[in-house]
Amino acid sequence: MAETLLEVNNLAVSYGVIRALKGISFHVDKGEIVSLIGANGAGKTTTLQTITGLLRPVSGNVIFKGNDLTHVPAHKIVSMGLGHVPEGRKIFQGLSVYDNLLLGAYTRKSKAEIEENMELVFRLFPRLLERKKQLAGTLSGGEQQMLAIGRALLSNPEMIVLDEPSMGLSPLLVTEVFEIIKTLQNEGKTVLLVEQNAKKAMSIADRVYVLETGMITMEGPASELINNENIKKAYLGE
Amino acid sequence: MDFLETLLNGLSLGGTYAIIALGYTMVYGIAKMLNFAHGDIIMVGSYIIWFTFLRLDCHPSISIALAIICCVILGIVIERLAYRPLRGAPSLAVLITAIGVSSLLQGLPAILDTISKSSNNSALKEKLSGILNPLPIQDMVHTNKLVLFGVEFPISISALVTILITVATMIALTVFIKKSKTGKAMVAVSENRDAALLMGIHINKIIVVTFAIGSALAGVAATLMLTKGTPASPSFGALPGIVAFSAAVIGGIGSIPGAALGGFLIGILETFCNANSALSPYRNAIVFSVLIIILLFKPSGILGNPRREKV
Ligand SMILES: Nc1ncnc2c1ncn2[C@@H]1O[C@H](COP(=O)(O)OP(=O)(O)O)[C@@H](O)[C@H]1O
Ligand SMILES: [Mg+2]
Repeated sequence: MAETLLEVNNLAVSYGVIRALKGISFHVDKGEIVSLIGANGAGKTTTLQTITGLLRPVSGNVIFKGNDLTHVPAHKIVSMGLGHVPEGRKIFQGLSVYDNLLLGAYTRKSKAEIEENMELVFRLFPRLLERKKQLAGTLSGGEQQMLAIGRALLSNPEMIVLDEPSMGLSPLLVTEVFEIIKTLQNEGKTVLLVEQNAKKAMSIADRVYVLETGMITMEGPASELINNENIKKAYLGE
Repeated sequence: MDFLETLLNGLSLGGTYAIIALGYTMVYGIAKMLNFAHGDIIMVGSYIIWFTFLRLDCHPSISIALAIICCVILGIVIERLAYRPLRGAPSLAVLITAIGVSSLLQGLPAILDTISKSSNNSALKEKLSGILNPLPIQDMVHTNKLVLFGVEFPISISALVTILITVATMIALTVFIKKSKTGKAMVAVSENRDAALLMGIHINKIIVVTFAIGSALAGVAATLMLTKGTPASPSFGALPGIVAFSAAVIGGIGSIPGAALGGFLIGILETFCNANSALSPYRNAIVFSVLIIILLFKPSGILGNPRREKV
């Protein structure tokens, strides 16, 4: 029996009168890549923002490593081992690449650990090393995505959640980003990947959940769902 | 009046505006609010200096330090009691609250005055009227010209000190924001609060630090204004506050070099208007017309960042 790292139970979230999540449940085991796929507006970003405390649920809860996150202040969640690569990257444009990475390690105390993670990031993304001193706002879209992932890695997370990392990238870069996510798994990280690009997401995921207008409508191993007729029609364009 | 002397006096007045503008711009840039009460924190600082220096005979450095400390505490208390409960509220609600805090502070001397008048306790009466009738602090005004190696420079010692303090403050703030961990966290909070939270940055802590720095600058500004011979009064900070806020807007609100540039620009402009007897009655009209003209051509200010408005 695998160890469950993240557990989401009956999570319901509203924006005023709009109910964005209508009670969803899923879990992520240690070492897995789990993908949450769904169309635009399905509630993917809402799910991730509620997990990392940026939004509060109406009901339900989020359990990470046995702790209920629902009442933990957002700024304390990252130091529990949960890194979030937000939708649209949200890197700090006015700061250098290096300072962005350092802010990723804001809650880390050990210099040696920060140094080690810095090396890991520069190994994964040599281009960030080249552009270390450059303002982050001057990076290309792909480089900004890499910086956003690198920044999350600097917090030394056990689990990393990514919100549409392929958004707005050329097909070549998309492939590169997904390869990196696979590498993260090999580095021992657990991954929750939110994507509209279902085909790519399913190609690297262990398990998949399908989110439709705030409800999970399907779930299973990626290898099974990729052959499912409904999924093929709705998400793989076949 | 000699051109160079007017220019240097303008730089000195501008330095005072720049210090005030830095306070506005820091708080605006990071807490995303217009702290309307900033000028009135300066006013409180001016009363503290005048009272401790002239009535309690403190050494000027002690008076100034006390004023800065009290301004910092006042700024933190205002943030905690008036602004923090409104975090996330519409910006209009925050602005109105800030105007309310400003009126409250300006009303404090009047409240003390009423207490003093209606009190039967003569010792208290005397104490309060001792605070409430400020005199100009002549001992802090050094109108003597700077003399070095027997050469007289066309600038008074007060004016020179003001310019030096402004430049030093600007450099210190810039280095703090660029190099320190807290400074970088401030930039992060100003750019994107959600992303800052995801880094583990405690937003409220950073905002408190910002208010503390802004209010310390208010204490410095009170000192600089007193050295120009203005006595403390309830409206001590009101007009300079508005002028300096305009300086911050002209320079590009949120930008530290912008605040300094705007402050110096307005200070020089105002001093040249003052030096010309035909223009001097219109100096505020002229200053604000220039503000409007600059904003027509550059809505985000001279050094402002148009990218940020795009969101
Ligand atoms: N700030 C907001 N205010 C109101 N409604 C929102 C807000 N953010 C998202 N929504 C709504 O919530 C639903 C889910 O949005 P979101 O989680 O962003 O979806 P996804 O990430 O899957 O595209 C959508 O119907 C969207 O319109
Ligand atoms: Mg989304």
